[in-house]
Amino acid sequence: MAKVLHSAPRFATNDGVRDTLVAALGDMAVDAREDFGEISITVRRESIEDVLRLLRDEHDYQQLMEIAGADYPGRPERFEVVYMLLSLTKNHRIMVKLSTDEATPVPTVTTLWPVAGWLEREVFDMYGVTFDGNTDLRRILTDYGFEGHPFRKDFPLTGYTELRYSEEEKRVVYEPVELAQDFRSFDFTSPWEGADYVLPGDEKADVPPIDDPKTTESPKQTGAGAKADDKAAETVSAGSPAEKDTSTDDAGAPETTEDQPDREASEGDVHDTKGATKPEDKK
Amino acid sequence: MSLTYEQSPTTDGEEISNYTINFGPQHPAAHGVLRMVMELDGEIIERIDPHVGLLHRGTEKLIEYKTYLQALPYFDRLDYCSPLAQEYSYVLAIEKLLNVEVPERGQYLRVLFAELTRICNHMLNIGAHVMDVGAMTPNLWVFELREDCMNFFERASGARMHAAWFRPGGVHQDVPLKLLTDIGDWVDGRLPELFGDAMSLVLDNRIFKQRNVDIAVVSKDDAVKWGFSGPMIRAAGIPWDLRKSQPYDVYDRMKFEIPVGTNSDCYDRFVVRVKEVYESAKIIKQCLAEMPEGPVVSDDRKVAPPKRAEMKQSMEALIHHFKLYTEGFHVPAGEVYVATESPKGEFGVYLVSDGSNKPYRCKIRPTAFSHLQAMDFMSRGHMLPDATAILGAIDVVFGECDR
Repeated sequence: MAKVLHSAPRFATNDGVRDTLVAALGDMAVDAREDFGEISITVRRESIEDVLRLLRDEHDYQQLMEIAGADYPGRPERFEVVYMLLSLTKNHRIMVKLSTDEATPVPTVTTLWPVAGWLEREVFDMYGVTFDGNTDLRRILTDYGFEGHPFRKDFPLTGYTELRYSEEEKRVVYEPVELAQDFRSFDFTSPWEGADYVLPGDEKADVPPIDDPKTTESPKQTGAGAKADDKAAETVSAGSPAEKDTSTDDAGAPETTEDQPDREASEGDVHDTKGATKPEDKK
Repeated sequence: MSLTYEQSPTTDGEEISNYTINFGPQHPAAHGVLRMVMELDGEIIERIDPHVGLLHRGTEKLIEYKTYLQALPYFDRLDYCSPLAQEYSYVLAIEKLLNVEVPERGQYLRVLFAELTRICNHMLNIGAHVMDVGAMTPNLWVFELREDCMNFFERASGARMHAAWFRPGGVHQDVPLKLLTDIGDWVDGRLPELFGDAMSLVLDNRIFKQRNVDIAVVSKDDAVKWGFSGPMIRAAGIPWDLRKSQPYDVYDRMKFEIPVGTNSDCYDRFVVRVKEVYESAKIIKQCLAEMPEGPVVSDDRKVAPPKRAEMKQSMEALIHHFKLYTEGFHVPAGEVYVATESPKGEFGVYLVSDGSNKPYRCKIRPTAFSHLQAMDFMSRGHMLPDATAILGAIDVVFGECDR
């Protein structure tokens, strides 16, 4: 680990904590990492309650501060549930993780901490992860009657419905969302640093080079037919066409375009289009 | 308020019925849009089911679509009573992933303004709590002080509330010297005078004590189990303050006390906040005395933009500025959970980066969520009017609770 330069909260040292906890958890722990000064232990989903009970009772992580959900659609088990534990006596924090999918419930930890009730409700509301044993698994943050789980990566940012007060019906109505302006997603990443699209013009780079370039070595190969071939085969030009005499006596001045005898004379100071075409009448 | 009669149980042939009332979502004592479905037996609260989420804006999802810097102002809008305290957790989380060093003056300025935010927040809560239980005058007085804090924020950042002044790597701009001297004068003069006067009306007031003492007593054990933090856990007698135990920036150099309650009731929570205002004033004074000269933001040009004057001279500075405000900076892949002591308790940010210029996931740990969840068990057996006192002592703001 590089030297710590940042001034983020400094809790008790991580030295040896990971190994101790992994040894204590045995085969309930799947993976344990220590990055950026944070210990995170991935555990088996079925054993989460036992793991947290062990950590709370034997290792002094008395407080459950947070349960966070996260969605990684590329993984076989797309959801991650992260439990943030805090030890008031050891002054230490760890994260405990597990993964699950839409169908598989996670055992509840409301039996250990009553605070887990709402935290699990939030993860359920936002991601659709169900918690087995949570007796009050209602939606919490979204609207009454909301459908879907908004924090999933495949849920659009704008959602599907919008609501407004309808003057005709004298109540709030829900309608499919209609954007006056398209959602603007700017891609500011450097094209040469990791853009995942084809740069304009780059598609030409993939066209294979031509081995046998097509050329016309003789006039006959122009492909214009026998008549053209014959003409092309002529060695001497037929000569330029005869010139015609196109000259006139005197070009003279062009006729005025404003002379429109069949137009009525404008009356008075009328500023309509009729008058505007006859500027000499405006005096 | 609407009344709904539920099915009536009978005891000894006499029919008694609990009734359910709706507290909120529009109620002056609800401190925002909170709907509580209360089941009452006469005037005794049997059960409370708080319905939150009426102010849910999907901040965490919006943040996933913004660069790290663009996402910063969302944090002002969570707990709009203590904007800078929310930014604090977020910038520290980014700095932890980037491992950026913040210059000393930047650290002092952040601590100074975080404490000013704490005073600003407590002024609102103390005033609102007092007004919830019936007193009018102190609220008007402490709002004057809150206004002073707002003016200081405006002079530092240009915005009264939504400052967006803490940035990854330090703070956005240095403050004028006159502002620091004015804060010093205010902390020495107007704050203790006006606040002392206002609190002299409340702290020993018989009515105020009748409404708060022995209301919603929470044991130490319960406070830990229900995930309490901040003044709520300190009022329960646990001296737990992240500024002391897990110091960030220059908090480890600050000399201050942690006020702790003895009785763990609403009155203790109130007094803890009152005492914290004086402790914050101490920290502010110490910051002003010790603050060194120097840069306020990191000179790492891949994180913090150059000064405008530098951009006029240097092509490289111009390019850095352009890249920072279009593409933004890339944060190494990884995840951190950073929690700071916001005025209301532990405000945490769980930040997951995939190495790009936008957060992959940003989970915000609000302080009010766990406190409000305990509303049910804290209110049981109390009278209906006590609910406002309990709610006032929780110090809940719905921008933060609902996100």
